[in-house]
Amino acid sequence: MAKRIQTPLTREAARELRAGDSCLISGVIYTARDAAHKRLCELVAQGKELPLDVKDAIIYFVGPTPAKPGQAIGSAGPTTSYRMDAYSPTLISIGQTGMIGKGKRNAEVVNAMKEHGAVYFGAIGGCGALLSKCIKKAEVIAYEDLGAEAIRRLEVEDFPVVVIIDSEGNNLYETGRRAYLDSLK
Amino acid sequence: MRNIEAAKVTEVVRRLCIDANRHLPGDVKARIEDFRACEPFPVAQGILDQIIENYGIADQNEVPICQDTGLACVFVEIGQDVHVEGNLTEAIDEGVRQGYIDGYLRKSVVRDPIDRVNTRDNTPAMIYYDVVPGDKLKITVAPKGGGSENMSRIKMLKPSDGLQGVKDFVLECVEEAGSNPCPPIVVGVGVGGTFDKAAYLAKKALLRPLDAPNPDPFWAALEDELLEKINALGIGPQGLGGRTTALAVRIEKMPAHIASLPVAVNINCHVARHETEVI
Repeated sequence: MAKRIQTPLTREAARELRAGDSCLISGVIYTARDAAHKRLCELVAQGKELPLDVKDAIIYFVGPTPAKPGQAIGSAGPTTSYRMDAYSPTLISIGQTGMIGKGKRNAEVVNAMKEHGAVYFGAIGGCGALLSKCIKKAEVIAYEDLGAEAIRRLEVEDFPVVVIIDSEGNNLYETGRRAYLDSLK
Repeated sequence: MRNIEAAKVTEVVRRLCIDANRHLPGDVKARIEDFRACEPFPVAQGILDQIIENYGIADQNEVPICQDTGLACVFVEIGQDVHVEGNLTEAIDEGVRQGYIDGYLRKSVVRDPIDRVNTRDNTPAMIYYDVVPGDKLKITVAPKGGGSENMSRIKMLKPSDGLQGVKDFVLECVEEAGSNPCPPIVVGVGVGGTFDKAAYLAKKALLRPLDAPNPDPFWAALEDELLEKINALGIGPQGLGGRTTALAVRIEKMPAHIASLPVAVNINCHVARHETEVI
């Protein structure tokens, strides 16, 4: 049974999630990938205000295709997350509680998640046409010059994800693979 | 000498870019569905079902299968009796430009790897020219996603490393990539040639249909053996466990220097796109 998550995601709520939990996210989430993360962290380093409030926010690592006429957004599946490893600890330290992507994260990210209370969700990579159906509205709120990499505010309904790494550091990539291999014994 | 107008090339490339990004080839769909039927792990079954549902939506709604509509890799086999009226490379880039804009595809190219300013039309294409006998022009567009491309590697083995060295390196690449390249993956392997030729062969191997084994029985057997070993790793669809880590291993080889045994591994995700037209 999937857990329903309504944004914003508080630190307390993030700490209650466990690796392996299937979740359906509704509310507002933000998109950012490589170039936007770089700019956000430069602003943090300079002590300047960010173009979005990262407190209790979920950031989706995605660069969507352009919307066709009549669509809210084009195809919009996750990009590989490790490229954001250099930036995520900074954003988590100032309040970000959720990340949606796919693939591995490094120890610095996991340590920041444990310290501050944050969670890493996985969405199915290569399923951008399917996932876009859960995105009801999309609006560029910063860095329009980056094109696909601009920061977008998304309104989502029952966006399907699974908790990959929780705030205790449990990792579904490790436990899931072990569970499969054990099932063969 | 047969004349082909550059405008015709543009028109074909435009169409191929759009179609390749919306419609997964039949051989790839058949492979995914076969693996779904044999997948014993429930989590993996569920993911494969969603992958199948996703390409069905893309077909029906004429939208991109994946948001990463890739670098436009364009393989051109140009017959030596063909004369293109106009600039062939410019004609291909114009086709990519029109296809990516008109087809609502993502523009994923930066003009310089360090300054990283987006070119906003997905050009330039990555073009691979091959001169062949005849008077035809064969164009294949294979949009290549960045996530799987980043998990690709090359290694200059020693001849003494031999066949075992090749096997070990392929398995090491897949293990290290893990969940990152959106498994189930297609593994393209290039063996032999020079440093750069091996990488080219690995990419070209990804174009061979998944229902077409290597014509050489030795290499066909190696493709099967590596696929079995990869699918015993347990990584599974999306890295969440299961049998279906790879859909196929495709190997291309060529002669090598007496001192060298280059091996390149180019990984593709399950959205293994390519469309071809012969002019």
